[in-house]
Amino acid sequence: MNRREAINRVAWIFGGTIIGGQLFLEGCTRPASTDDVAGLFEENRINLLGDIADAILPPTSSPGAKEAGVGEFMPIMVRDCYTEEDQKIFVEGLGKLEESANKKYKKNFQQLSLEERTALLVELDTEQNEYHSTKEPEEPNHYFRMIKQLTLLGFFTSKLGATKALRYNPIPGRYDGNYPYKKGDKAWA
Amino acid sequence: MAENTYDAIVIGSGISGGWAAKELTEKGLKTIVLERGWNVEHIKDYQNNTKDPWEFPHRGGRTQEMIENYPVLKRDYPLNEKNLKFWVNEQESPYTEVKRFDWYRGYQVGGRSLTWGRQSYRWSDLDFEGNAKDGIAIDWPIRYKDIAPWYSYAEKFAGISGNKDGLSVLPDGDFMPPMEMNVVEKHVSARIKEHYKNQRHMIIGRVANITVPHHDRTNCQYQNKCWLGCNFGGYFSSNSATLPAAAKTGNLTVRPFSIVTQILYDKDTKKATGVEIIDAETNQTYTFNAKVVFVCASAFNSAWVLMNSATDVWEGGLGSSSGELGHNVMDHHFRLGASGRIEGYEDKYYYGSRPNGIYIPRFQNVGDDKRDYLRGFGYQGSASRSGWSRNIAELNIGGEFKDALSEPGDWSIGITAFGEILPDHSNKITLDKEKKDKWGLPVLAMDCELKENELKMRKDMTAEAKEMLESAGAVDVNTWDSGYAFGQGIHEMGTARMGHDPKTSVLNKHNQVWDALNVFVTDGACMTSAAAVNPSLTYMALTARAVDYAVSELKKQNL
Repeated sequence: MNRREAINRVAWIFGGTIIGGQLFLEGCTRPASTDDVAGLFEENRINLLGDIADAILPPTSSPGAKEAGVGEFMPIMVRDCYTEEDQKIFVEGLGKLEESANKKYKKNFQQLSLEERTALLVELDTEQNEYHSTKEPEEPNHYFRMIKQLTLLGFFTSKLGATKALRYNPIPGRYDGNYPYKKGDKAWA
Repeated sequence: MAENTYDAIVIGSGISGGWAAKELTEKGLKTIVLERGWNVEHIKDYQNNTKDPWEFPHRGGRTQEMIENYPVLKRDYPLNEKNLKFWVNEQESPYTEVKRFDWYRGYQVGGRSLTWGRQSYRWSDLDFEGNAKDGIAIDWPIRYKDIAPWYSYAEKFAGISGNKDGLSVLPDGDFMPPMEMNVVEKHVSARIKEHYKNQRHMIIGRVANITVPHHDRTNCQYQNKCWLGCNFGGYFSSNSATLPAAAKTGNLTVRPFSIVTQILYDKDTKKATGVEIIDAETNQTYTFNAKVVFVCASAFNSAWVLMNSATDVWEGGLGSSSGELGHNVMDHHFRLGASGRIEGYEDKYYYGSRPNGIYIPRFQNVGDDKRDYLRGFGYQGSASRSGWSRNIAELNIGGEFKDALSEPGDWSIGITAFGEILPDHSNKITLDKEKKDKWGLPVLAMDCELKENELKMRKDMTAEAKEMLESAGAVDVNTWDSGYAFGQGIHEMGTARMGHDPKTSVLNKHNQVWDALNVFVTDGACMTSAAAVNPSLTYMALTARAVDYAVSELKKQNL
């Protein structure tokens, strides 16, 4: 990365601030990991996170987010990079997501069909978008925004995401600024 | 003690120190480079360069632990997990902020030459004459003609790629073949040229990445991972270029973990005899003797060394007799600009990650152009197609969303302004003797702020950016200003300025300290004004020029 890229990343993810990012400027102290965050590393939680991620970015012509390891990636980011406040929101958010699933379908998330999972997450995504469009900086983040951001980051920078959903070429060797593109060609990782 | 005697001592191993070492050793002087930090070995210590993105547990991001440990670095983009080892340990080396000052330091062999932005521009006489014409601060003691041959000399060795654009504000140099603008940048460049009737220009950046093989270095492979260190030696750093050249002479000794605490000064001869160091690992004190000392510790640390030297003669240290040591701090103010979308070109993309962008040289207060502020600014930027982090309206979850993000989005272009800060005596650094670093040494206190001229300029920086992009056909043009804190440009300058008169300057026109002629300061400290362009190429040229003079004076036994 360089300065130019760093500036371009002002708009990193959704044209807004990345959660955790605004804290760069505020000097928070490192909270101790809570038992709840440790719980994210349990197999059933990793599995749930993987399934949520897979509904956001499912297998298509390229592998889905679960296979790409996003379920394993999210707990690491929440533990190491989130503030205590955001950690709490994230952990509690998984409970809220299950509540929403039960309210809408009377089932847990993992019991839903793919269509139901998608429909539920579209609702949650609309909810977080509306919430964040009017939220004051000091107000808490929405848990589903966190899940979605981590899913996108975790997937497109994973080995499968970068090499199968995108084109990855670590040593291009040359530059061509007039390179042909046709619809369907992947973006560079 | 004989083994501690050399012909020359160089303090610091960054861009200026590396050049001093190369020039001194190639001229036959036994030279020791004293570097306060650890020894970065070229290639061997670039382990993260060859890692894939998924090998970084946080994908390059920052953890809360890093945020806690790096209270300064976290304030801007440098804090990241990929090249953390190329940034100073802030817990060991604190400083005092009378006013907020962001000081981004690299304490290692190679210094910030490992992480620099590599943009390399010559100054013109517009810059060297500016202070005299505007009645600001003091006049530069040199003009373009004095430094032009040394720019050529530096460019030829460092390897600067660029286009000969024939612009008087930005003199052409001895370039390697330029990098290429992409198709949209070419479009915007042509529109700007047309709209502004050839009075404004968007050119390919001139950058210290080699585009053809050069010495033992492989040409740039378009990875755009320069700041992790380059295994190909594709960009200029002390580690890839100057230090290996110096080592080849057999005259070079590099001593890492060597914190120079003072220059030793002989009142009778009015010359330096050497330096004293603390070994950063053992806390032992050592003395090194030499005929000539090059101070290249970076602008602030060079001033710090001078402030701690010869205090029995001058309370404020060596070079303080002018009253200007530590004053006239400058940087480049930035973090504002504009971006917009370019319609069309859906059948065009690019191959390779170009570690360079476009440059729009200063056009304000040039020729007939007059503004309500002095000096001006240039823009750096690039055009690209958006990637997976973009927002896609009405498509937010599921397979179509994923497949859409797997393809590049629209073209956009963004430009960021980099502006000149005027030298001002009140912008200063001083010693804070109350606060001590890990080695018990006093720390620096920063007291700098933007003044009216810069604040006026900032309004113009966003307004002109918007107008230019719109005139070039960009749509949805937005301006942005993320605010600027002094130091964020990472171009600290001015703390031991050059001048004609020992009463108003620390250094003479050969970078010699007026009060000790065998002490040369050739890093950012020596700058009498800041110009709007990136400064490192000028440090290279000034350093080579000063060494040439020093060695000729030594031969004449004048030093």
